[in-house]
Amino acid sequence: MNDLANDTMTASSAGGSQQIDFNTPALRRKRRIRAFKDRMTRWYVSIGGLAVLGAITLIFFYLAHVVMPVFQGASIEAGEPVQPAWIKEEGRPLMLSVEEQNTVGMRLNDAGALQFFDVKTGDAMNRIQLPIPEGAQIASTGEGEPGSRQAVLGLSNGQAVVFQVDYRITYPNDVKTITPQVSYPYGEAPIEVDPQGRPLEHVAVSVGSSELTLVGSNNRELSAIRVTSEQNLITGETTLEEERLKLPQISDTIKAIVVDPRQTWLYVVNGRASADVFDLRRGELNGRYPLLDGKAEVTSVHPLLGGISLMIGSSTGNISQWFMVRDPDGAAKLTHIRGFQLGNSAITQIIPEQRRKGFIALNQNGLLGIFHSTAERTLLTEQVMNGPTMGALSPRSDVLLVESNNALRTIAIDNPHPEISMSSLWGKVWYENYGEPQYVWQSTSANTDFEPKLSLAPLTFGTLKAAFYAMILAAPLAICAAIYTAYFMAPAMRRKVKPVIELMEALPTVILGFFAGLFLAPYLEGHLPGVFSLLLLTPIGVLLFAFIWSRLPERVRLAVPDGWEAALLVPVILVIGYGSLYMSGYLENWFFGGNMRAFLTDAGIDFDQRNALVVGIAMGFAVIPNIFSIAEDAVFSVPKSLTFGSLALGATPWQTLTRVVILTASPGIFSALMIGMGRAVGETMIVLMATGNTPIMDANIFEGMRTLAANVAVEMPESEVGSTHYRILFLAALVLLSFTFIMNTLAEIIRTRLRKKYASL
Amino acid sequence: MTRNENNAADETPRQEHPTKVGRVKQLSVKNWFKSGLPWIWMTGAGVSIAVIMTVGLLSLIAVKGLAHFWPANVVVSEYTVPGEAPRMIAGELVESEQVPRARLASAGLPVNVDGGEFMTRELLKIGNREFYPADFSWVVGEWMGEQTLPPELMVMERREWGNFYGYLVDVREGDRVVAQGDQAWPELVERVERVTDLYEELRRLQRVDIGAINYGLEQLRLKTRGLELDNELDAAAQADIEAERAEFNERYKGLEARLGELNQQVNRDYATIRTVDGHEERLQLSHVVRAFRPNAMSVTEKLGHYFEKIGEFVGDEPREANTEGGIFPAIFGTIMMTLIMAVIVTPFGVLAAIYLREYAKQGAMTRIIRIAVNNLAGVPAIVYGVFGLGFFVYVLGGSIDRLFYPEAFPAPTFGTPGLLWASLTLAILAVPVVIVATEEGLARIPRALREGSLALGATKAETLWRVVLPMASPAMMTGLILAVARAAGEVAPLMLVGVVKLAPTLPLNGNYPYLHLDQKIMHLGFHIFDVGFQSPNVEAARPLVYATALLLVLVIALLNLSAVFIRNHLREKYKALDH
Repeated sequence: MNDLANDTMTASSAGGSQQIDFNTPALRRKRRIRAFKDRMTRWYVSIGGLAVLGAITLIFFYLAHVVMPVFQGASIEAGEPVQPAWIKEEGRPLMLSVEEQNTVGMRLNDAGALQFFDVKTGDAMNRIQLPIPEGAQIASTGEGEPGSRQAVLGLSNGQAVVFQVDYRITYPNDVKTITPQVSYPYGEAPIEVDPQGRPLEHVAVSVGSSELTLVGSNNRELSAIRVTSEQNLITGETTLEEERLKLPQISDTIKAIVVDPRQTWLYVVNGRASADVFDLRRGELNGRYPLLDGKAEVTSVHPLLGGISLMIGSSTGNISQWFMVRDPDGAAKLTHIRGFQLGNSAITQIIPEQRRKGFIALNQNGLLGIFHSTAERTLLTEQVMNGPTMGALSPRSDVLLVESNNALRTIAIDNPHPEISMSSLWGKVWYENYGEPQYVWQSTSANTDFEPKLSLAPLTFGTLKAAFYAMILAAPLAICAAIYTAYFMAPAMRRKVKPVIELMEALPTVILGFFAGLFLAPYLEGHLPGVFSLLLLTPIGVLLFAFIWSRLPERVRLAVPDGWEAALLVPVILVIGYGSLYMSGYLENWFFGGNMRAFLTDAGIDFDQRNALVVGIAMGFAVIPNIFSIAEDAVFSVPKSLTFGSLALGATPWQTLTRVVILTASPGIFSALMIGMGRAVGETMIVLMATGNTPIMDANIFEGMRTLAANVAVEMPESEVGSTHYRILFLAALVLLSFTFIMNTLAEIIRTRLRKKYASL
Repeated sequence: MTRNENNAADETPRQEHPTKVGRVKQLSVKNWFKSGLPWIWMTGAGVSIAVIMTVGLLSLIAVKGLAHFWPANVVVSEYTVPGEAPRMIAGELVESEQVPRARLASAGLPVNVDGGEFMTRELLKIGNREFYPADFSWVVGEWMGEQTLPPELMVMERREWGNFYGYLVDVREGDRVVAQGDQAWPELVERVERVTDLYEELRRLQRVDIGAINYGLEQLRLKTRGLELDNELDAAAQADIEAERAEFNERYKGLEARLGELNQQVNRDYATIRTVDGHEERLQLSHVVRAFRPNAMSVTEKLGHYFEKIGEFVGDEPREANTEGGIFPAIFGTIMMTLIMAVIVTPFGVLAAIYLREYAKQGAMTRIIRIAVNNLAGVPAIVYGVFGLGFFVYVLGGSIDRLFYPEAFPAPTFGTPGLLWASLTLAILAVPVVIVATEEGLARIPRALREGSLALGATKAETLWRVVLPMASPAMMTGLILAVARAAGEVAPLMLVGVVKLAPTLPLNGNYPYLHLDQKIMHLGFHIFDVGFQSPNVEAARPLVYATALLLVLVIALLNLSAVFIRNHLREKYKALDH
């Protein structure tokens, strides 16, 4: 370029007598300034331009950055073990727990005393003695539903004590103080479970708001009692009523008993590895199920959050999930759902998370495993201690408190997104209370022990379904229109048609969506036969008109010049359309008993008012101009030498079109379809407004769908920032971005190559 | 070359149309098919259908949207459902359709199925929400008696509870009857006018004056909290703030008296109205927007009413959960947002385009970038919305709040969706459009011009600034217009980054600093979605949605057509220079 700064210019005057000095200091300075400005502009534009381009690509990286953590596993960080002085005199721990804020821990010893302590330092806090009758010892313990902080002690005299630990938070002098308290939801007096006063070797409890079920066992005998509390509305007094449940004897030694929170099922694990399931409502045996193959024995049993699933740990390190599944006849059966593996030795403890369907398992060698049931995911296995260990998980599942050999230790767990795995996103998953593995999207629910169902499969299916029906309508129409416009249409008409199509492209999709949802959907519902006869009659009618036209006297035919056929067809199609819709009611009366919707429903075809047909038409409308403009471009740019050559050799225009033009332009038409597909996949408002947004997997044209894009629009505003749900929605956006980007890039590459080919012709 | 040869091709004169063979003699059916002519017609049908669909959609929206404002006649008739006592109904006829009898029967109506194939079903707007469960009612045409149009039948548009239809009995001031019979109507018109003026004043007082006081008090609270956080809240500052607060309270006291007075005046008048089926209802005139007698109106009066309603629609605020009244805040919000977007998008888009075309080394890398930019224009808009929410609102906005608005914590200022983020998101969405259009414009400028400028000794920057950019400015304009058109019609991303169904105040108002970038806004497109799909009374909202849609279509069509016009104009200009 002109490097002004270093140049000295010399110029001789052309005709004048005076020499002009271009190198005066003023001019030099001016040149320097200009050169400086030039360089500055170069820098400014380069940096600015690159920054803008960089900002655009930021989208991709930011989305990926948000999605990333979902696929990372868990990590733990073990703290230093502490050996507080008090722990030595306490004896064996029966139960451990940590409260919500991770500051206060609780330890139950075999004398029935609850010792509270500071989790960090191990310093003792207050101590509460549970009301155990004189002369009785604790024979067994059982926990209530995960997260309930309720527990039961089975005593050696056949009685049981049910208690609940609460933590009261107060702010005396602006210092947060947590005071542990113990309450007895069904009275402080021990409840007699075994009428014969034998020791309760195992005990299980389920505490409801008005009903308590207690089950204890001695050797092979089960005894169960149900306590109902009733509050007198006038006096406010509560009266307790006890009811003894009759249960048969078990054939083998009992290893564990579990009552589900709905107090319907009683699971008795006995013998080497089998489970007897009792229906407590009916008081009968549901069945006996073998739990493990081979020689493995059951070593640990614990329900998951919600109490529906039972996790069974075995002596070989296998952990399996079981729950009651109703078969099509309504009979419930305990069914093996999925399995996990932790080391090779016996599982000693399974600790469920209190907010999610995850769990932690410890084996007898001190190996720790973090798992998630729905996602079927092993997030971490790590050696934490040597030898047998007892652990307790904090309510937020971020701290694990373990005790072994009189030493306490906290392990911080970082496990933000265990719910997601490739199998839970894209595969069939067997959810609790479902009869079989299914693809389900159900991200939120009212209750807290909800199992999030985050399968992207139904959403992806819905996306493709919507795009498919849109393309079925749009592709033939747009390609026909493009071919005609580019090849046959008179230039005068073309100049009028193209702005119309451009206007069609510019229409906001919210308008198409509202039109589809508020006008088209109810209209189609009322005129179904008419719409189908319209689809059928239009091609026939057009052909018929074309034939009649070819039979008309030449005078008439020549009045309309070539390339105006489309204009002639407008009234024809309008008449066909009006006719078929007018006939709709009659057709409905003649063939469908006056109500086609009812007719379809009787035939077993579900019908939603806002269905795929409506979406197909509305989205087809949105996609037509996209396909049209690119396909038309491709057909129009076919070199004229090719078509002239073909025509000169005697081919008819139609032959030239099919054998020469379309063949040459086919990559361009293909790329037009890809771009149309990309648009249809990402379209949000039309789908949002024209379907019921139910995430179902059904290809039925009369049912709706929910697409990835619509799902993001619906759920994003309610999603909690940083939660798994939030990140999954980002993942959906990332999938959309990648899909359309790849489609468009491919289309663009094809077009570029095609253009090169044309240029060489 | 740029990608848009398509448009370039428009300019090259088209070759003569290939002549069809065998048009002179008539073909046999078989030969006719063989000639391919029918298939040409079939492809032609594709164009016709596309055009019919577009024109049909636009005319449907136009007809439905424009018809809404016309004061329809109110029909009175006796309605006899078989097996029930006859009753009088009055209402505006909204829709009428032919329905197979079987369908009516299956809807639970006492229809005699053998009476013929169809029955007429008519949708009447019957209003009077005090007495009927819904504003709209489907009736069977065959069961209606003779329809009359009594001229004295009155329609009252109310601020709440929809329309009221009935005969005016008397006008009262408190409990005292002021006018009765024939005198009642002129009296009512006069008093409605008075009450409307008063109501307007009352609202201005509440919204503008008291609104400003509230805003001032809130600012004071934030100031106090801010000083407290910086440990600078000493006695002097506190006294200052107290003084200001006292001043605000003083101003409020002054306004309060006027407010009470206005309230009393507004609530003075009542009208008694008898519905066609004999109920009498006393309505407070302060609830009435306007009263008119459509059956007695002449065409000119109706036209006047029509344009008054259009004026209200464009210039007023919405009423009744957005189903009545105007859409001014939505128009204003849309304009504000697109304006800010345009201000952001133009310099950046142009800068990137100049870099790509003029400064970057043309090679594989620029080709890739160009393809990528092109493709970003095709990325689903919702993806930009997700990005905007995550990056702009939570990351950027959250940081801004932490740095500059600690006093408002925990209430977010910029860490929540708002006008600025909506504009920025749309800017990111529209920047590829501007880049592509500007680049195309730059590419079209003949080399000779640039080289001429350089040969005369101008630097590259000077050539760019004095020669290239002025010539490319129409192209930039085109790009900008297209970007604005795209942004104005986009809704999906806005739902995530700052558009709400009802914003309490406009983003531009009299309270310092006047332009509130952190405020949520209303938007035409979202208004359509919200009113059409989230509204409790869809039937009543529907005409309004059509009208809003019409407005949006008009704006966008206008923008696009002007872009096309500028582009064509531009091409003409350079064609001469090209050779």
